Amino acid sequence: MRAATTAARRRDGAAQSLSGRRNRIRFAWAYAFIFPQLLFFLVFTIYPIIMSYVYAFFDWSGFGPLSNFVGLENLARLMQDDQFWNAFRNSLVFIFSKTVILMPTTLLMALILNQAFFRGKVVYRTLYFLPVVTTTSIVGIIMKFIFGNENALFNETLLSLGILKEPVPWLGQAGTAMLVLILVGSWKFFGMMMVYWLAGLQSLPGDIYEAATVDGAGYWQTLRSITLPLLLPVGTVILLLTVVNSMHVFDLVKTLTNGGPYFATETVDLYIYNYAFSASGFPQIGYASAAGIVFGLTIFLLTAALGGLVKLSRDGQSAREAASAKGGI
Amino acid sequence: MPTKRRRWLGGAMHTLLIGLAIIWIYPFVWMIFSSLKTNTEYMNAGFKLLPEVPRWENYGRAWNVGQFSVYFSNSIIITCTTVVIVIAMCALTGYALGRVRFPGRNWFVAAITATMFIPKGYTIIPIYQIIKSLGLLNTLPGIILAESSGAHVLFILLFMTYFFNLPKELEEASEIDGCGFFRTFVQVMLPLAKPIVATTAIMQFIWTWNSFFVPLIFSINKPEIRTLAVGMYAFVGEHTVDWSGMAAGAAISLLPVIVVFIVFQRFFIEGISGSVKG
Repeated sequence: MRAATTAARRRDGAAQSLSGRRNRIRFAWAYAFIFPQLLFFLVFTIYPIIMSYVYAFFDWSGFGPLSNFVGLENLARLMQDDQFWNAFRNSLVFIFSKTVILMPTTLLMALILNQAFFRGKVVYRTLYFLPVVTTTSIVGIIMKFIFGNENALFNETLLSLGILKEPVPWLGQAGTAMLVLILVGSWKFFGMMMVYWLAGLQSLPGDIYEAATVDGAGYWQTLRSITLPLLLPVGTVILLLTVVNSMHVFDLVKTLTNGGPYFATETVDLYIYNYAFSASGFPQIGYASAAGIVFGLTIFLLTAALGGLVKLSRDGQSAREAASAKGGI
Repeated sequence: MPTKRRRWLGGAMHTLLIGLAIIWIYPFVWMIFSSLKTNTEYMNAGFKLLPEVPRWENYGRAWNVGQFSVYFSNSIIITCTTVVIVIAMCALTGYALGRVRFPGRNWFVAAITATMFIPKGYTIIPIYQIIKSLGLLNTLPGIILAESSGAHVLFILLFMTYFFNLPKELEEASEIDGCGFFRTFVQVMLPLAKPIVATTAIMQFIWTWNSFFVPLIFSINKPEIRTLAVGMYAFVGEHTVDWSGMAAGAAISLLPVIVVFIVFQRFFIEGISGSVKG
């Protein structure tokens, strides 16, 4: 008896050390597998995040040693720079307008394309999505030619349709230049949000709709009391993604308006770029980094607020679901 | 809804959507037809779309004089190398995370996910400094390194979930057949992950091809390593009156990415849809 247990124990022990050996080999392989990504991650993600803060405390042109520590001087200078606040306001105007234009229109398009009886869905989706995959900087250049001159395509079209009496210098005046930037930016991102909404719509449970049909609910009633409330959590995620996307508008602004006329469309990322990589004069890396931090923190606060909204809408929905489940039984 | 009314409504919708779609992609149509006109024709075109005679020589001029042949091959080299590097790194990482519960695994996943959310400054400056200290400034490898430098959270998570859901027996059977960890990955598991490889490839291809900021700052002093996006921007500055040449250059730059998207759009759309649902 005792001998048998000892033997069994010995056998277990052997199996255990065998599987322990197997595990050790697997762990070693796993570490080898993640090594390249880990190295990239440390060098190109973690280190840059840390240094993007460190540089902000130095007066540095990017050449030579990092020695001239100036504390919060860069930040103080930034706070007093009207041009920075102008760029900051432009970025916010762009983000806000683009979001307000796109949220309802893309949802509407997704609702139309999501109709079961509607044919040609893939063709429409492809066409409306096309601007998303095209190179933003090249789109900026094409749009500059469409909106730029007095006898360019957009003016010619509006003139011959009788909408305009005389050509408008769309990119030459502050208000219209911003308007063109917002419209082009919205057009470029429309397809992306449409696909987000479609994904959201397709994830809705089908049986609720059957029940609604059985109960005799019409299209508008179903839309108002089932589809839209169920879409709320996805909608807040889409809102978040749109805001985050709208913050990075460098490619479009640089090629379409280059911040003009007279900085009327200069956004924060273009402002920072001009200090960090300007072709004329010495780059001001420290100052540009300080601006980067202020903008980064703004993005963080905005997304944190929207993230809170996402969580709230999720919680709200699960509470509703729980309530309706209780009511049903 | 009665069928008759539905058919009428459907017809109206189609008319509306087709009309809107034509306006929607008109800038690209206009670009292609402009690339076939002479510069005088372009100037006086108004909104007349068709050229009198298609001038294919505009493409020859952009390709040779405008250096688009150089830009095109740079774009191809940078994009394809970046795609291969990103797929290799993400598949390896995703496999390790999905199949092995090694110590530190959860910490690693938390760390890469957290970098998406923590506030950061202008991180391109430190990346620029690293590339500079490696002596890779103004070189193709420098641009490739910078292009593949992201944390690739979406791709890693896609691979991780996919490998995690594959049955354990596959791995065991392959081990009984005498395959080691690495051969099991290469010969058995990776071929099964083709959909994720495709999604990663298409999305990364489109991102890198369209990238403007990184190649712009990493090729400031070296026109020979410009990509199409940067080369086009430079061309506009240098040949201010060659409109049809510019349109031809824009067409050369956009057509590859449009074709890739139309052919592989299923994988692209799936990748994007995944990022909302996740």
